[in-house]
Amino acid sequence: MATLLSMPALSPTMSEGTIARWVKREGDRVEPGEVIAEIETDKATVEFEAVDEGVLGRILVPEGASAKVGEPIAVLLEEGEDASAVETVLAGARTAAAATPEAVAEAAAGDSGGASAAPATAPAADDTPSGPAAPAARAEGGRIFATPLARRMAREAGLDLATIRGTGPHGRITRADVERAITEARRPAAPAAPAPAPAPAVAAPAEVPDWLFQPIPGTEYEEVPLSNMRRTIARRLSEAKRFVPHFYLTVDCTLDRLLALRRELNGRLEEAERISLNDFVIKAAALAIRRVPDVNASFGGDRIYRYRTVDISVAVAVPGGLVTPVVRRADEKGLATIAREMKDYAARARAGRLRPEEYTGGGFSISNLGMYGIREFAAVLNPPQACILAVGAAEQRPVVRDDEIRIETRMTVTLSVDHRVVDGALGAEFLRAFRAIVEDPLQLLL
Amino acid sequence: MAQRFDLVVLGGGPGGYVAAIRAAQLGMKTALVEREHLGGICLNWGCIPTKALLRSAELYEQMRRARDFGVVVEGVRADLAAMVARSRRVAARLARGVGHLMKKNGITVVTGHGRLAGAGAVRVTLADGGETVLEAGHVILATGARARALPGLEADGRLVWTYRHALVAEAVPESLLVVGSGAIGMEFASFFADLGSRVTVVEVLERVLPAEDEEVSDFVRRAFERRGIRIHTATTVRTLTRGEDGVEAVLEGPEGERRERFARAILAVGIVGNVEDIGLETVSVRVEKGHIVTDPFGRTDTEGVWAIGDVAGPPWLAHKASHEGIACVEAIAGREPHPPDPRRIPACTYCRPQVASVGLGEAAARAAGHEVRVGRFPLSANGKALALGDTEGFVKTVFDARTGELLGAHMVGPEVTEMIQGFAVAQRLESTEVELMETVFPHPTVSEAMHEAVLDAFDRVIHF
Repeated sequence: MATLLSMPALSPTMSEGTIARWVKREGDRVEPGEVIAEIETDKATVEFEAVDEGVLGRILVPEGASAKVGEPIAVLLEEGEDASAVETVLAGARTAAAATPEAVAEAAAGDSGGASAAPATAPAADDTPSGPAAPAARAEGGRIFATPLARRMAREAGLDLATIRGTGPHGRITRADVERAITEARRPAAPAAPAPAPAPAVAAPAEVPDWLFQPIPGTEYEEVPLSNMRRTIARRLSEAKRFVPHFYLTVDCTLDRLLALRRELNGRLEEAERISLNDFVIKAAALAIRRVPDVNASFGGDRIYRYRTVDISVAVAVPGGLVTPVVRRADEKGLATIAREMKDYAARARAGRLRPEEYTGGGFSISNLGMYGIREFAAVLNPPQACILAVGAAEQRPVVRDDEIRIETRMTVTLSVDHRVVDGALGAEFLRAFRAIVEDPLQLLL
Repeated sequence: MAQRFDLVVLGGGPGGYVAAIRAAQLGMKTALVEREHLGGICLNWGCIPTKALLRSAELYEQMRRARDFGVVVEGVRADLAAMVARSRRVAARLARGVGHLMKKNGITVVTGHGRLAGAGAVRVTLADGGETVLEAGHVILATGARARALPGLEADGRLVWTYRHALVAEAVPESLLVVGSGAIGMEFASFFADLGSRVTVVEVLERVLPAEDEEVSDFVRRAFERRGIRIHTATTVRTLTRGEDGVEAVLEGPEGERRERFARAILAVGIVGNVEDIGLETVSVRVEKGHIVTDPFGRTDTEGVWAIGDVAGPPWLAHKASHEGIACVEAIAGREPHPPDPRRIPACTYCRPQVASVGLGEAAARAAGHEVRVGRFPLSANGKALALGDTEGFVKTVFDARTGELLGAHMVGPEVTEMIQGFAVAQRLESTEVELMETVFPHPTVSEAMHEAVLDAFDRVIHF
């Protein structure tokens, strides 16, 4: 029978998608696994693969047009069906959309009241539903039904149960559902228009030699399985160090005026609303980006992506690793707003309760180890971002100024840079802007 | 004249009759064809009558040690004929019960030998003469299985028995050779040993109850040997020669070949599907290793022809057949049933001590790539088992170390066959060790050993 193909949910946050390209044309045969279309989501352009075989009967959403998740985008015909089946299935879809659920139920009940020619449809009143149910096994109170094993596996894989479709009794999420979701999550959503390979060295990673993964001989040790977070950190940072040409720029900033301003502001604020030094750094970096927007960018192989909004990822240490919640449009937010947001992020990050959309999507990162007394350090880039700012401790240091040695409170920051996007002069320009703002902090209040 | 149905089920065993009831519940007009007894082997010649006999043996054994419990019983004696008669009464009563169920559900029972006549039709040679043709969109083959015969070791019913002959034995043989140490072999070995037979069990594999966890095999072997049952593993029966009133067997094992005489022999070397003479040649259905090949819902290669239970392959268990029957009928009805997960089908052996298990054994779990945590608890540390005077047994649990999934549970001891469903429910609900640890097990019960075996897997055992 002809079936409707609907706009798939290709990311947890996707609500609608745009057809970037129809890879298959009307009348083309499709096999399971073949790419039918390329769909732009809020995050990337993703290939939409066929699940069933058939013939693409009708394209309902043309290239460049958008559809909400779940809306039909095409009709798939079975081998041998003719075009009239397209009309049948479309008419059916319209009726179903128009009819209230009750009306549909009544119609079904009326049908089966007739002769029992087709035992296959005979309903039994006493029966519990046993088939797959709605996407999320969510009861009215918002409770998600999942087996204990499924819950644990999802937690360890860092998956949100709300995004997993349950196929157990009453739509309960079972181990098999989580395993399926894990497999799907592992499959990278490949950008549809593959960027021309930047360089062969990048394209063909050599095998990592085995000895790198062996324990030190003759030692006693215990094995700690990798959490999903550690796995991600290991993979992403290895790739960053391996594939991204880093260089580093360091500058000292005098903080006395900023600290005085902070004292004054915090004097008027409740304990819970106080602004941290890091909040100032976030805001200062955001304003500096506004002045030097070219650092807010990514390398794209044959192009550079320059971001239109200033979204700053802030590294937060959590048990077993770190996460980088994103302060969006930090340049437009006041210090108090940033402070409030960061307090909330930090608390929820430590509790493991950040939503994926809260820690993905920043264009620039800040990592601050000042609270540990670290004077200065160089951070590994957080790709595909081109810059990460490593912030050291604010401390009193002797400073030579106007031929005199004076005591000032200074902070050393180091900018790690992807040289493919940001050159030395550009990075230096950013740091100069950053320092100017930090050292003349009233600008932060404008 | 052809009669028309929605569904025809061929075979009235625990697979077939349960499928028929489910079909009737779903509103299908259903016919059941059975050539011999409703209830099949299970009810008439398998599960039920053996349990009745084993109950007699258990009672006899307890009477003999009644003095240990402060009960004086004199002149205890086993009456095999009465035991057999009782087991036949139990079976007959249950078979009548199945007949009532068919009537209650409006299922047409046709007594005779049915054969497929192409897809969609079954030709029945009626038991009381004549022939009829039943037509239906769907036919479920549930014809079961029978004892496998090894070439040269055929049963004759007098000196060499199958389970069927053993069930109606007229006398307790002075000595008995049991060939095969699966559930059937071990149950008969246990029964006749309790009644005073000198029993020898021969198993071709390395251990008895080869489908069970290794520790279970070892434990049961030692328990049997303490009772005087001799066990030869890694041993084959080369020849079995019938004499005047006994057989001479040539056994070949690790210590070489030897010749031994037994009064009787029981063959229990597995079973093969009843795939012959049911009209399979009229449709296109694949048969491999004596069983019909199906998908998890019982679909064969011919549309409208389905197969469930023993004829569709191992494990040969009544409860597996029933579940397959239900899943199959629901699939026919266009529902989306969950077929039974082969890893979650419990297996029970009712020898003394009883054995019950569900899921993977420790070695199988490791072989499947799991990193495991294993817990054990002996019944000698369980208060209720001590009070019962029956401490021979243990509980073993196997968990996935990473996810806490209960991969398998293995039990030996009194009424463990009644308790394994606890672990089966836990598995089906996908419990982890946490839910099992937090479940309150009543005191004093043997089931507390289940709880302790879970705790032990995580180094939290309390009473050991």
